Amino acid sequence: MPIETAPGLEAGILLASTLFCLGLAGLMMRRNVIFMLMCVEICTNAAALMFVVAGAHWGNADGQVMFIFVVTLAAAEVAIALALVLQFYHRKHTVDIDQLNDLRG
Amino acid sequence: MNYLFYLTAAIAVLSTTMVIFHRNAVHALLYLVTSLLAVAVIFYQYGAPLAAALEVIIYAGAIMVLIIFVIMMLNQGDSTVVQERAWLQPSTWVGPALLSALLLIQLILLVSSAPFSAVRAFHYIGPKQVGIALFSHYVLAVELASMLLLAGLVGAFHLARHRKPETGRSGNAN
Repeated sequence: MPIETAPGLEAGILLASTLFCLGLAGLMMRRNVIFMLMCVEICTNAAALMFVVAGAHWGNADGQVMFIFVVTLAAAEVAIALALVLQFYHRKHTVDIDQLNDLRG
Repeated sequence: MNYLFYLTAAIAVLSTTMVIFHRNAVHALLYLVTSLLAVAVIFYQYGAPLAAALEVIIYAGAIMVLIIFVIMMLNQGDSTVVQERAWLQPSTWVGPALLSALLLIQLILLVSSAPFSAVRAFHYIGPKQVGIALFSHYVLAVELASMLLLAGLVGAFHLARHRKPETGRSGNAN
């Protein structure tokens, strides 16, 4: 059943792009790993929003199916990343990403 | 009722901006939860109630609770705010912000120049349709997702275990 009052496809794409660029900017400008992880979540969420908007536009359930997979991926990713953050803090006693330079690249 | 959409989108963008500029980790996390709730409202307006519910339950609920546990475990008190203030100087963030703004302008130009159909009718897709598609067409992907979650569980358990340095197998750990 179509919804006439829904916002347009362009508005959804623009919102997803804005959120993704904000997350990308935060990822580049932060040094604290916890904040970088939050910014990765923002980017993932923007991509998921894009899937749902496109699925709603084409009247297809695949958009929401892909949203469920994106959420699953984000959950697995954040669990692994937080375990890495804990291990990082135990070894270096800081959350500064610039301290991870043991390889002297 | 497009006003509701634009209001919710403004809340999402503003709270996300607060996330990337805030100095206190817990406050930033609360702004992130606000942003996720706003995105859930937007999902609901696009006729995707299952996605809206999953956004609230899994993203704003489970994942944010995981992050807040780790923030509590790593809590160093008020010194982190001073540290963040030292790390987040304008000379640090102007470059990335300009580059991302350029990318955003490019995306906006691309979207605004693309020919979109004038059809404004969005389709309501309920949980029943999503469930039928998920467990008929994508049943292999569901199995793969379960294997991914199992691998994530085992990997997180292995990585987060706190070994004593002298008994650890990785010899160069401190």
